[in-house]
Order: sequence, then C-alpha cells, then structure tokens
Amino acid sequence: MLFLIPALPFFSALVLILAGRSLNKAAVSVIACGSMGLAAAITLVLGLPFIQSGGHVIVQHLWTWMQAGSFSAGIDLRLDALSLAFVFVITFVGFLIHVYSTGYMAEDADYSRFFACMNLFVGAMLLLVLADNLLLLYFGWEGVGLCSYLLIGFWYKDPANGYAARKAFIVTRVGDTAMAIALFMLFQYTGTLQIQQILDQAPQLWAAGNSTIVLIAFLLLGGAVGKSAQLPLQTWLPDAMAGPTPVSALIHAATMVTAGVYLIARTHVLFELAPAAQTGVAVIGAVTLLLAGCSALVQTDIKRVLAYSTISQIGYMFLALGVGAWSAAIFHFVTHAFFKALLFMGAGAVIVAMHHEQDMFKMGGLRKQLPAVFWVFLIGSASLSAIPFITSGFYSKDQIVWLAWSSVHGHTFYWIAAITGAFLTAMYTFRMVFLTFYGSKVSHHTPHAPGNSMMVPLYILALCSTLAGFVELPHTMGHVTLFSDWLQHVLPAVQLQQESTALEWTSQLLAAGLTFLGIYIAWVWVIERPDGMLRFSQMPFMRWLRKLWFSGWAFDALYDEMLVHPFVRTARMNRRDMIDRIYTTLARIMEWGHNILARTQSGILRWYIMGVVLGAIVILSVLIWRVNV
Amino acid sequence: MGVLFYITAAIAVFSTAMVVTRLNIMHALLYLIVSLLSVAVIFYLYGAPYMASLEIIVYAGAIMVLIIFFVMMLNLGPESSRLEKQWLKPGMWAAPAVLCVVLLGELVYLIAQNHTPVTGIKEVPPKAVGRALFGPYILAVELSAMLLMAGIVGAYHLGRQQPKTLHRFLQSKPS
Amino acid sequence: MNIHPTTAGMTLAGILFVLGLISMLIRRNMIFMLLSVEIMLNAAGLAFIVASSHWAQPDGQVMFMFILSMAAAEVSVGLALILQLYHQLKSLDSDEASRMKG
Repeated sequence: MLFLIPALPFFSALVLILAGRSLNKAAVSVIACGSMGLAAAITLVLGLPFIQSGGHVIVQHLWTWMQAGSFSAGIDLRLDALSLAFVFVITFVGFLIHVYSTGYMAEDADYSRFFACMNLFVGAMLLLVLADNLLLLYFGWEGVGLCSYLLIGFWYKDPANGYAARKAFIVTRVGDTAMAIALFMLFQYTGTLQIQQILDQAPQLWAAGNSTIVLIAFLLLGGAVGKSAQLPLQTWLPDAMAGPTPVSALIHAATMVTAGVYLIARTHVLFELAPAAQTGVAVIGAVTLLLAGCSALVQTDIKRVLAYSTISQIGYMFLALGVGAWSAAIFHFVTHAFFKALLFMGAGAVIVAMHHEQDMFKMGGLRKQLPAVFWVFLIGSASLSAIPFITSGFYSKDQIVWLAWSSVHGHTFYWIAAITGAFLTAMYTFRMVFLTFYGSKVSHHTPHAPGNSMMVPLYILALCSTLAGFVELPHTMGHVTLFSDWLQHVLPAVQLQQESTALEWTSQLLAAGLTFLGIYIAWVWVIERPDGMLRFSQMPFMRWLRKLWFSGWAFDALYDEMLVHPFVRTARMNRRDMIDRIYTTLARIMEWGHNILARTQSGILRWYIMGVVLGAIVILSVLIWRVNV
Repeated sequence: MGVLFYITAAIAVFSTAMVVTRLNIMHALLYLIVSLLSVAVIFYLYGAPYMASLEIIVYAGAIMVLIIFFVMMLNLGPESSRLEKQWLKPGMWAAPAVLCVVLLGELVYLIAQNHTPVTGIKEVPPKAVGRALFGPYILAVELSAMLLMAGIVGAYHLGRQQPKTLHRFLQSKPS
Repeated sequence: MNIHPTTAGMTLAGILFVLGLISMLIRRNMIFMLLSVEIMLNAAGLAFIVASSHWAQPDGQVMFMFILSMAAAEVSVGLALILQLYHQLKSLDSDEASRMKG
C-alpha cells in the first residue's frame, strides 16, 4: 500500500496532463484534491502502527530500476518515523493547499495545468522522502526542482516570471551538482546507494574527521543549501514569489525547501562522522537566519517578507541539525509547515481580496474588513514569532534556542544568533501584521472576503498551528517528549553538555522577553510613531542599511559581478567560436578546392578531350613502367 | 609486303595530315577520301580483300559522301575558311601536338614489344568472315542492324526542321 | 629493314590515330571534329584488320564490319545534331556550346 502514496499524485498528474484541458473545473478539482486526500488518508492508515512504536518500519521494493555490474538500484520505498513525519506534512498540508487553490485559482484559465504541476510536485516530493536509496532520492530531488521551475513560471506570459523560474532552477542546480558528486563519491567508497547500507558501513569505513567523509558531507550540505535556500544559494527564494501564492505556500514554505533538512537528517550518520561539516551546517544556519531576518525587516511586498522569513526559519532548522538536535529540527519543520503555509495562504487571501495588490504599504485597516483572515493570520504570526505557551512555534523554536547553547556541539554564538533571530522574527512579523491589518485604510478598493474553499483550510491550519506544539514540551514545562521519543529510533537523541533547568528557564524568559520587545517596537514603528521612524530611517546610514537589507544583503549584485559578468564577457570574446572554426575551416578548404576545380569545367569540348588524352598518357606510362621494371 | 606497303602508308599519313591542316572543309573531306582509299589498299595488302571493298563502298562512298552533301547543304561560303584560319593559330597547335606526339611515342614503344614469331601475312578469305558473321557473331549482326535503324530514326527526327510558331500576339500582321 | 608486318601495321594505325586526335584537339569547327572522329575510327579499324591477319582469324574483320556500321549510324545522327546546333547557335563553333561550364 505504501507505493500508493506517491503513485496517486503521479497518476492524477498524468491524467490532468493528458486530459486536463477537456475536463471542466469541477472534475479537475476532484481529481487533484481527491488524489491528495486519498494519499493523506493512506498515510494516516499506514501511520497507525507507528503510534505504538516509533521503530516500526515499512519497506516496499517495487522493481529494479537499473542493474549494471555490481550496481543495482531499485524503486525502494521506506516508511519510518522520519519519513512518516515528512509524508504526513506533505500530504496533509498539501491537501489543504490544494483545496485552497481551487478557490484561489478559480478564475485562472490554466486551471488544469496548475493542478497537474502541483500533483506532479507532490508525487516527486513524496518519492524524495520515501526513497530508500540515494538514486531515487535524487530523482525526487530533481523532480521537485523541475516542478518548482514549472510553477514559479506558471504565468509564463510575463518574462519576469520566466526569469525568476530560471534563476531558481539554476541556483538550485549548483547545489544539485554538489550533491551528485557526493553520491558518486559515496558509491565509489561503499559500492551501494542504499541509504541504510551506507549509514551502516560509514562508521567502519571512515574514522571521525576523515577528510573524505568531511568532503562528502560538505558536498551533501551544498546540495541541501541549494534546495533549502540557505547561504550562499539563498538568492532564488525571494524571486520565486513570482509564482502563484499556493505554490509559494506548498513549495517554498512547507515542503520543497525542507528537502535539504530531510537530506541532512537522513544522512545524519555521515554528518556525525564529519564534525567540520556539522559545524558548517550550524554556522550556515545561524548566519542565514540573521541575514534573512534583517532583510525581512525592510521589505514592502508581503510575500517577500514571508519568503525571507522562510529562509530564516530554515536557518533555525539547519542550526538545530548542526548542533545535533535532530528531532528538534524535525519538530520545528512540522510546526513551521503549519504556520508558514497558513501565513502564505492568508497573505494570498489578502492579495486576492485587494485585487492582486501585494505592497503592504498600500494595504491597511483590513482588520475590520476581513476579520476571519485577520484572525487566522494573527494566529500564524503568533506562531511564527513564538508567542509563549499558546503557539506551537514557541515550543519548537524555544527548544532550538535552548539546544543551540546546551548541546555538546552548541556554542554561545549560536544561542546569541538564535535569540537575536527570535527578536527579529517577532519584529518583522508583527510589522507585517500591523501594516496590513491595522491603521487606516489606504487603498480605495473594497476588499471582498474569500470564499469557503479558501477559508476552511486556513481554519484547519490555524488549529494545527496552535495544537501541534503540545507533543513536545520542554523540561521546564512538563517534559513531554512524545515527538523526540517517536523519532528516536531513526534519529539519535541530542546530547546535552549539561542539564540545567535554571539555565533553560533563563533562556526561555529571555526569548519570550525579546519576542514581546520586538512586537512592541513593531507597534511603535508602524502604528504609534510612524513619522518618528520615518525620520530615523532617513538618516544616511539608515538609508544605506535599508537599501542593503532590501536587496537581501546585495547577494544578487555580488553574484552578478562575480559570476555573470565574467561569463558574459568570455562568451562575447568567443563570439566567433573557436571550436566551430575548426569545422568551418574544413568546410572552407573544401569550398576553396571546389572553386579551383570548377574552373576546369569550361564547357569547351576540346578541354575535355585533352583530359582524356592526358589520362591515356598516364595509363600508358604506367604500362610502360610495368613492362620495363 | 615491301615497297607497296610503305608507299601506301606514306600516302595515308600524308593525306591525313592534309586533312588536319586544311582550312576549307571541302578540301579536307576530299583528302580524307584519299586517306580512306589508301587504307583500303593496305587492308587488301593484309589479306582482307572483302574489308577493303567494304571500306571503299561504305566508308569512302557512303559516309564521306553524306558529309559532303551535308556541308554543301549548310552552304557556308568563304567566311568559314577565314574563320578557320583565325582559329588555327600556332598557339593552338603547340600543346596538343606535343601531347599527342608523346602518346604516339608510347604507343609505338608498346607495339614494338613482344611478338609471337608469325612470319608473313596470312590471308583470311571472305568465306571465313561470312562463316564467323553468321555463326558466333550473329547476335551482334542483329544488334548492329538495330543500331542502324536507331540511327535512321534519330537522324530523321533530329534533322527535322520544326517551323517556328509564334504566339499570335508576336506574329506580325500581314500587311 | 625487317620490320615485322604486324608492328608496321600497328604503327601506321597509331600514327593515323594520333593524327586524328591532334585534329580533334585543335579544331573548333564541329564538322572538323566529326571528321577527326572518323579518322580515329578508321585507324582503329586498321588496327583490328592487322590483328586479324596476325592471328589468322576472321574476328578482327568482323570487328571492323561492326565499326563500319556503327560509324555510319554515328555519322548520320551526329550530322543531324550538328544541324540542330547550327540552327540554335547560328555558328559551328564548338566553344559556343559551353553552357555546361562552371
């Protein structure tokens, strides 16, 4: 039954690709959402045995994909606790987003193409997380990359969307190449690409700190960084907001960008053997979350705020992975999927209500006009900012913040970064909320409330954002460890330097305090004294800083200067292609010879007879030679 | 063999050389007839009397006469010999002459190589020729008859003068 | 001098042939070219007769008969063609018929 989980979305994608244009919207919706719903139901059914024991594993070998010599790769699916967490999120949140999209994309002409690509994406993502060998994982990896490209450039008639799609594809390609090299090296050393076998063999093949395994781990990290939009490959995600909002919700918030997190968690044994790489993961996570947080602070487009926020939150997950808090990272992934999808869909509702206006400064006062949207958006923002006790984000993020310091790999720097990140998160999140929903009405449009197909998924996700946190409570608050116990069979537990409840309380209080401080500053900034903030931000240093942060720390310009311009320059130098010239020279020599020989065809009969005579002389000379010699 | 052969050979070569160098086409044709006649004598000397007579009757008598009548029909006039003089410049002579002399040298060299010692000239009577023609070569005889038929038909068709028909708009009005 | 008759005959045939070849190469008038072809055919026929006498077999003479008939057919068709060319090009210059150049 396991194979049905990826097979159903693939099948519905196929149906929609082949016959989608001739079906009416209702049929398309039923096929698309139905397959997702069925996949979610099957996940629940298959997940029941996992509740008793987290060590339960379902393996299904479908067929042998390729066999060459000693290498054999099959379509092997594996469901264990880690992949179940991902599969559950993908199918469940995916199903809700599909339902939401039936409302959001209702007036779009390419309705069936959208759902075909969405289902194809979900199928590929499920294949990625269910894969038992790295080749199938890579297949899913590439599949989600393709679908991301297709969906970002969904409204292809606008060339800017195509540009954003290409940028996403090419930047993640850099990461994919690193990952492919890592797969080659893994195969070279272990002779297999089966994940479990690699994880078993790795400690025997390499001692901890061996340069080969460090290299492999760094290459895998490169792949993860590309897909998850971390430093230095994070430039594609803000531009990927050119796609429709459900796409941003599904792909660039809940699922595809977490593929990197999944990869690192899955190959955690390799990272544990390569401490340098694991430190790299943590450092990248910490730095990225700060960078993205600063950038989110000055954005004007509501979706870009959420994009940078996603980058930042995945930075948290990377930080957790880097300090060895594996299950904490997965926990944060689950809660983040809920509230980020909620926030994106809420933003989508706002955008649709404001007739596709995305600039926050042109919105305002929507609290009174779209109350339902406001409340769910508030719940999501609260979760994102980790408001204590009542939101799931609090439990997951605070766990990471605490473990950033207290884990054996932890460091004060990580903790400071995480805390500052929490402060920034609260600030930009509530800046977004206040700008959009509070204040006086700025726009002239009368927003119309979104329909049920859009609101019901929002309600469900709001509920999950609130309740999902209660499966894992920290030591200080009851020490419920349902989630990490459940994952323990797959991911090792985090080792702490010291168990100190007092220090944990301090960390949590500080985090909560900074959260409220951030909210307060955002309130002052936007509502209370906007003019004061305006004057403050007009100072020259502030203006420069604002420009820097607005462009995402000028990475685009940097890459432009570093990579694009030299490439274009070299391409221009080689305009009359050198390699081509070898072949064209050959052709030109032939032409030259032809022109010379063509002059012998004068059309004058006597010349031709002369040729015959010459030939006769030559033949007779040969005969004479033979007779003589 | 002897003297008769050499005299006749000299006449043949001389008259052929005259054919090559004449400007007036009629003169050239008549010299060619002389050349053919002398070659016929040589045939007779080589023991092929029937072929000699055939050469005279068919080659000199029919083919050359045909060409003579053709030239007379063309009615070229003294213009043509002036044109020939213009075309036959020494510059034209040199290279072909050299080449052909070289060719001749090689031919002669090869001819003078090895011979099975057969003394004298054997005459092959017409009877033997006739037996060969109606024996092993009968198929070729029929084929050459078809060839002659094709020649006749082709010559008739190609030699026909098609009256030029102009479009009615291009025709001049009868005044 | 004692020249073998076959050698002498072949040499004569060679000389006549080469003369015809020279004539072919240096003449521009189409009728002269046809004439040169006739000279060459005649020389080839002579060679055949000489060979026939050398081997004392009638085959060479049979060959010569075929050459004769072929020459007759060829001359008639050739003259018809020259007539047509003369009407087309208004001249007997073979260099005028050079549309196949290049």
